[in-house]
Amino acid sequence: MSAAEAATPPAPPAAVTILRAEHITKTFGGLVAVNDVSFDVPQHAIVSLIGPNGAGKTTLFNMLTGLYRPTEGRILLGERDITRARPDVITKYGVARTFQNIRLFGAMTAVENVMVGHHAQMRAGLFGSIFRPPRVRREELQTREHARELLAYVGLREPVFDRLVSQLPYGDQRRVEIARALASQPALLLLDEPTAGMNPNESQVLTEFMRTLRDDLKLTILLIEHDMKVVMGVSERVTVLDYGKKIAEGEPAVVRADPGVIEAYLGKQA
Amino acid sequence: MSELRARLQGWRAAVQKRLPPWSSRGLAVSLLVIGIILPFLFTSSSAFMNATIIALAYAVMSLGLNIVVGFAGLLDLGYVAFYALGAYSLGWFGSGFFFKAHIHVLVSSVARTLPGVHLNFILILIAAGLICAGAGVVIGLPTLRLRGDYIAIVTLAFGEIIGDVAVNGQSVHVGGGMTLTAGNLGISAVDSPYFPGIGSFNLLNLRPWYWLIFAILLFVLFVNLRLRDSRLGRAWIALREDEVAAVSMGIPLVRTKLLAYAIGAAFGGMSGAFFGTYYTEVNAGQFQFGFSIFILAMVIIGGLGSIWGAVVGGMALGYINNYLIPDVLNTFPSKLGFNFQLTSVEFGIFGFLLVIMMVLRPQGLIPERRRRLEMTAEIAPADAQLAEAPGTPGGGT
Repeated sequence: MSAAEAATPPAPPAAVTILRAEHITKTFGGLVAVNDVSFDVPQHAIVSLIGPNGAGKTTLFNMLTGLYRPTEGRILLGERDITRARPDVITKYGVARTFQNIRLFGAMTAVENVMVGHHAQMRAGLFGSIFRPPRVRREELQTREHARELLAYVGLREPVFDRLVSQLPYGDQRRVEIARALASQPALLLLDEPTAGMNPNESQVLTEFMRTLRDDLKLTILLIEHDMKVVMGVSERVTVLDYGKKIAEGEPAVVRADPGVIEAYLGKQA
Repeated sequence: MSELRARLQGWRAAVQKRLPPWSSRGLAVSLLVIGIILPFLFTSSSAFMNATIIALAYAVMSLGLNIVVGFAGLLDLGYVAFYALGAYSLGWFGSGFFFKAHIHVLVSSVARTLPGVHLNFILILIAAGLICAGAGVVIGLPTLRLRGDYIAIVTLAFGEIIGDVAVNGQSVHVGGGMTLTAGNLGISAVDSPYFPGIGSFNLLNLRPWYWLIFAILLFVLFVNLRLRDSRLGRAWIALREDEVAAVSMGIPLVRTKLLAYAIGAAFGGMSGAFFGTYYTEVNAGQFQFGFSIFILAMVIIGGLGSIWGAVVGGMALGYINNYLIPDVLNTFPSKLGFNFQLTSVEFGIFGFLLVIMMVLRPQGLIPERRRRLEMTAEIAPADAQLAEAPGTPGGGT
C-alpha cells in the first residue's frame, strides 16, 4: 500500500537541486561519524534519511544546519557554499529545522517561540527596540499576527497560543516546533524524527501534513525517520546511512528491496 | 498547606479579574508620583534619604545585571568592574585629577576655573555608559564559547583584574606626571552634578541627588521594559533557554550575547558614575569582589529575569544595608545583652536572607511573568490527582 502511495507525486525528472552534499566526512577524535557521504535533494521533493541508531543521521543534519563543521567535503545550498557558514546565517539563507528531542524555549509561550523563529526576518535593532518607532511597532504586530496564523496552520487552537510551551502536551509541542521552523520562511525544512513518540494515527496525520506543507509553501523537506510506514508513504527519495556511510539511495520501493539495507536493519541472514 | 496556597491563588485571580484594565497603568502612575514627591516627606539630609538614594542607585545596577544574568542567562560574577569603570569615568572626566588638561564643557562657574577635565554630568554619564559597554564587550568575547560556571569564573577574574588595576593604577603613568588612578588614596574633590536652574548638589540637601538618581532609574527601567518585549529581548531569553535551538532559529550568537554584556555593563557604569559623585570620591578600595555578589543577590532575591524584581531586590538590599542594619537595628543585639553591633555581622544577615529566600520563595520576590506562569499554572485535574495520591491503586487497574 505504501509503495503505491509513494509513486503518486513523482518529482519532475529535471528537478533543480536545492541541497547538495559532496563527500562530507565528520570525525570526532578517532570516531568517524559520517564517512564520505554525498547526496542531492531535489527542489520541492520530500527526501528521507534513514538508518539504524548511530548511523550518523543527526550528525549529518547538524552539519547541514551549521552546528557542526564537516571535517571534509562541501555542502551547497543552491549555488551557495554553506560548508563553513554559521547556523544563524544558514537559517537566513532558508534552511530551518526541528530537533529529535524537542528543543523549544520552555519559559516562553507558543506565540513567543514562533516569534523567535521570525528573528532573521525582522529588522528592529537595539535602538529600534528601545524607542519603538512606528516601523518597529508595525513589524512587532505583524510578526505576532503571523505567528498566530502559523500556529493555527499547524493545527493548534487559541487557548494554547499564549500558554507556556513547557505546559503543552507532547504532540502540541511538536506542532509548535514545526511552526517555529516555518516562521523563518525556509525553502528547505529539515525534520529530525518528527513522528517520534506519536501513535500510528498521529503519524498518519503528520504524514499528510508534510505533503500539504510541501505543496502549500513550496517547500523541500528532508526528514530523518524511523517509522518505515511514514518513510515509504511520504518520501520520493530515500537515502540510507549505516555506520556513517551511505549504503543505498533511490526510490522507496527500490531501497526497501535492497539487500544491503535489509542487512543493516535486520542483520545478515544465516 | 497546598490547599491554602491554592485558595490564596484563587483569591488573587478573583481580585485580578475585578480590577479595571487600567489598574496596572494606574499603579505605575501613582508609583511615579510617590517617587517624585517622596523627598518632601523626609528631612532633606536624613539618613533615610541617604539610604533611599543609595537604594535607587543599587536598583539601577541590579537592572543592568539582570539583563546579563536574568535575560541572557550569562552568570556574571565580575559586575563590580563596571561599577569601578563608571566611578573612574567620573573621576577622570569630572575632577582635577588630570591636572595638566584644561577641558570644560557645560559645567558650573566654579568648576570652570579649576584645572583638569570637567564635563557636564550628563556627558560623564554617557561616557561611563560607553566605556563600560566597551569593557562589557571585552569581557564578553572570551566567554562566548563558554557556558554556565565557566563564564562565572572568567567574569570573576575580570572583576578582580579591574580591581587590581584600580589599586595599582597610581603607578601607571599616563604622561605629564599624571597617573591612571589614585589607588587607595582615592580621587577626591570630584565635581558635583551641575544643571542650571536646579538647586545645588551638596550633602546638606539630598533632594537634587534623589531626583537625579530617580531620573536615571526611570530611564534604565524604560530601556529594560522596552527591550524585554522586543526582538532582542526574545533573542536573549531564547539563548538562555536553549542555545542550540536559538542559533538554529537564526539568532546570531556572538552579536546577541555581546549586546547583553554591553547594555548590562553600561547601566552598571552609569550607576557607578553616580556613586562616584555622590560619595565625592573614587577610591580603589570600594571595588571589592563582595560587591559583585551583593548585586547578584539583589537580582536573585528580586526574581531572576524580572525587571520589577530587580528594582525591588536592589532597593530592599539597599535599605537593609544602609538603613535597617546601621541606623535602625544596629544596637539591637546590645539591648539583648550581646556585645556586638549588627553592622559587624551584615554579611551573615545577607547570607541568612538568601537562604530563607531560596527555601520559601525560590522564584524571587516578584518572579518573572514567564516563571510565574510556570510555577503557578493550573495543573490538569488528572495530574493533580496523581500528585495528591502517589502510589495509590486505581490508576493502573
